[in-house]
Order: sequence, then C-alpha cells, then structure tokens
Amino acid sequence: MAKEIEITMENIKSTKIDSPEIVDESTQQNASRIETKGVKVWYDDFMAIKGIDMVIKPNTITAFIGPSGCGKSTFLRLFNRMNDYVEGFKMEGKIKIDGDNIYKKKVNVEQLRKEIGMVFQKPNPFPKSIFDNVAYGLQIQGIKDKKLINERVEKALKQADLWEEVKDNLKKSALALSGGQQQRLCIARTLAVQPSILLMDEPTSALDPISTAKIEELIHHLKEEYTIIIVTHNMQQASRISDYTAFFYLGELIEYDKTRKIFTNPEKKQTENYITGRFG
Amino acid sequence: MKIKEKIIELVLKFFASITILTTVGIIVVLLFESIAFFKSVSILDFLTDTQWTPLYSEKHFGILALVSGTFLTAAIAIAVALPIGLTIAIYLNMYAPKSFRKVLKPFLEILAAIPTVVYGFFALTIVTPFLQTIYPDLETFNSLSAGIVMGIMIIPFISSLSEDALHAVPKSLKLASFGMGATRFQTAFKVMVPAASSGIIVSIILAISRAIGETMIVAIAAGQQPQLTLDPTVPVQTITSYIVQVSMGDAPQGSIEYKTIFAAGLTLFLFTFILNSISFYIKKKYQEKYE
Repeated sequence: MAKEIEITMENIKSTKIDSPEIVDESTQQNASRIETKGVKVWYDDFMAIKGIDMVIKPNTITAFIGPSGCGKSTFLRLFNRMNDYVEGFKMEGKIKIDGDNIYKKKVNVEQLRKEIGMVFQKPNPFPKSIFDNVAYGLQIQGIKDKKLINERVEKALKQADLWEEVKDNLKKSALALSGGQQQRLCIARTLAVQPSILLMDEPTSALDPISTAKIEELIHHLKEEYTIIIVTHNMQQASRISDYTAFFYLGELIEYDKTRKIFTNPEKKQTENYITGRFG
Repeated sequence: MKIKEKIIELVLKFFASITILTTVGIIVVLLFESIAFFKSVSILDFLTDTQWTPLYSEKHFGILALVSGTFLTAAIAIAVALPIGLTIAIYLNMYAPKSFRKVLKPFLEILAAIPTVVYGFFALTIVTPFLQTIYPDLETFNSLSAGIVMGIMIIPFISSLSEDALHAVPKSLKLASFGMGATRFQTAFKVMVPAASSGIIVSIILAISRAIGETMIVAIAAGQQPQLTLDPTVPVQTITSYIVQVSMGDAPQGSIEYKTIFAAGLTLFLFTFILNSISFYIKKKYQEKYE
C-alpha cells in the first residue's frame, strides 16, 4: 500500500486551494457561513492541522474525507470548539462563522454550540428517556414552557424520522433503542435546539446499511434548513450526499471542490489515489 | 514436579480459606453468645425498650438507645461528608486540571489514613471547645463534634469512590452535553451525576457502613451515656463504644453484661452486612449499563 502513496513535498506545501468560484463568493457576506484563515492546530508538539484556508457556503453539504489521522475530525471540531477539552490543544489562525471570529476571547462558547449542533461517531444518547434526551438542550437553556418543549421534541423527532417509531414510547429509556434509532435520536436531540449548522463526525460508521441509508436520506432533507459538514470514511457516502468535498491528508487540505468534480476529475494525483482506494 | 505443584496449590487454598473460616467463625460465635443472651432477655424487650442499662443494678436491654446514638453520629457524619465529598468528586472530574488532580487525590486519601484515635481527641479537645464558643450549652461529650469529625474522616470514601464512578461514565456523554451548549455545571448535575448515580450511591452506603462501625472517635468524643435521643448536643453512646466500654471493664465471662456485647455486636454486624449487601447488589446490577 505505502509504495503507492504518491505525495510529493511540493504538493503538500501548496495547501491554498485555487477554487476561484468559492473564494469570489466569499467576499459577499451571505455567501459564506464558515471561513477559516491560516488555521493551525497542535496537540502538544504534534502539529495536527498545518494551515488551512477554507470557505463553506450556506445550505450546502460538505464532506470531509481523508485517511485516519489526516486531521479532518480535528478540523471539524474546531467549528464548535470541542477541541478546547483536549489536553495540550493549541490553535492559531481565524475561524469566522457568519463573520464572527469564534476564537475571540469574549465568545460565549455555550451560545456558539447552540448555533452549531454536533452528531458524533458513535450514538451517545444520555441514560434518560427518549423524551428527556431530545428535551435536554431546551432544558439547559432554561425553557420551562411544557407545551413548547413538547412541540419542539415532536418536531425534532419527526425531522429525524424517528417519531413514528417512538411516539408511543417516549418515556422508554433511550438505551433500549437500536443503534440506528439511537443515532437518529442523537440527531433529533441536536435539531431540537434549532441550530443552523450541523457537524457530523462519521455519523454512520457504527451503523448497519439500512440505518445508514435512513440517515443519509435524512441528511439530504436537512440541507434545506441547515449547513451540514460531514466527516466520512465512506467514499460512496461522500459522493452520494455532499455538494462539496474536501480531501485532507496529513493535516493539509489537499483539494476542495464540488463533489462531482472531485469524484470525476480531481486536480491532484493524491486525491485521485485516495478516492479510487489506492491508499488510505 | 507434580507433587510440588499440588502442595503449592494446597497452601494457597489454605490461606484463602482462612478468611472465609474467620468470617464464619465470628458469625458463629456472635450467634451462639447472642442466643444465650436472648435466653435471659426477650427479643421484644431488646427491640422495644427505650433504655440500655445492663451495667446498672436496674437492668434494661433496649438496644434502641444504642442504635439511636449510632445512627445520630453516622447521620451527622454523612451530612458533613456527602456534600463535601461529592463536591470534591465533581470538581476533580469536571474542573480540575490533571496536574492538580494528581496532587489532590493522594492528599484526600491521607484523611482516611490518619489514626482514628487522633480524630477522637481532635474532636474532644479542639472541635468541641470551638463549637462551645458558638453554642455554649453544648456538653463536653456530644454527638455533634464526634459526627462532624467522623464526617471529615469519611470524606475520601465518598470523594474517591464517587470520582471513580464519574470517571467511569463514558466520555462521549460529557462531550454530547458540551456539544449541546451545556455548561460544565449543567453537564455535571444533569448528565454525569445521574449517569454515575449507582456508583455514587454505593460510595455513600459504604461511607455509612464505615461510620456505623467507627469506634474510636465516638468512644472518645461522644460520651458513654446510652440514651434514645436525636439531640446532637448531649452525650450518647453508640453500639461500638458500648462494646469498648464493656470489653475493657471487668464484666465476668458468662455474665449477662458479658453477653450483651455479643448481642450488640450482632446488631451492628447485621446493619453493616445489610448495607454492604445493598451496595454489592447495586454494583452488580448497574455496573454493565454502558457496555
């Protein structure tokens, strides 16, 4: 496998992506939801992200692909500051969401995370009832209005395509659900807070094909209201559901373009090698 | 070679069985002597009489007087240890940087390593006089200062075991909560503590069990007067300190006074046995919840 990796130092250095279409639109405020400039990340002495500039447009699905350890998850977690909890985490550069640098000192991280929901790799429902799981985000915001909570819970479960399966058992423990149901519950839990950006870190990697198909369909519907970034190891998944695809390798953004372009005619050799399964 | 292996196995088995035999032996002795005791004192009197005066000429055998002292001091101890211990556990788990945690945990465990006799005279000579400056009617021997000091002693039981329980909660739940925009405080009380509740309850039960069985502190600082009371300012006697009193006195072997300590000991054993069984049951039932 290793001998087929054809990445030259020259290629690695050129991380700035020439994607005129995207860069041009980013000058208009509305066209970019997320914008990163010169982002570098260290875990202690290990440099995990080596300077990434990127613009993500609203109401798009962007897939982050790349081999394990390439920094795609780390990069994703920068957007809701989840790396803050990792010991030894250091960061440089700017990340703007809707024009505001989220790494400024005065940023209210809790508020930020209400705006930017996250779905994790393994379903991680709380050991509470189905209802309490979905209502959690509302309760921590101090919402007491029961009617409003009931409405939001129902809406979120419907959005996550779980309502029909659980509507008669809302008091049942979430841990009794199947893996696929648990993951849709976690999506519902995130949606209940009504974020506008969804970060998904390999949301289907622990699920069977049927559950995966359900979640992909769900993601497709959510695009109308949300800006979605999904980390995935599954090439078919990336090509099926995303509008844009970003290929990461060794902490660099190698190529970032429309998904169709990446999968049919990538600019860089190592992108092609990766998506055709020659390494990674 | 084979014979050597066999001998080694036998020796190991023998030492392992010593612990079982000892436990069985203690229970048998407790039972036999208690049965002898209950031949002269009715169980009904033992359980319902409100006075405990086996060492006086007018004898009463109401264990409630000792049980109340035992539970009063234990309750005070838990009232002190639970909030402090749990706060420490949550601080260590949710807030403390790793480096500070490494220092604080062993320090806390020193609290459990201090000889209880030191705690005892600390309660009698420092805590009681200090409390008397606030509340002058406090008697020299009282359950309040004994309970408070005992509470300090059992803090590490609660903080350490609760922290272990919090630590065992999958990190993914903590991250899920943070990811929803919850603060550390909200995450601690709405996700972590409920998820770790079985372990926290076990830690509390073991701490109660320890407090009930604690002898030296109460023998020194709580007094030697068995009375059925919930007043923390007056002297009381616990089951353990009664046993000390009689064991060190000159109650002749075979006398009724002598037999009382077995009945009292059996009562104490029953309490701690029940508490330990409950904690064992909770541990068994809930420990694999996340696997």
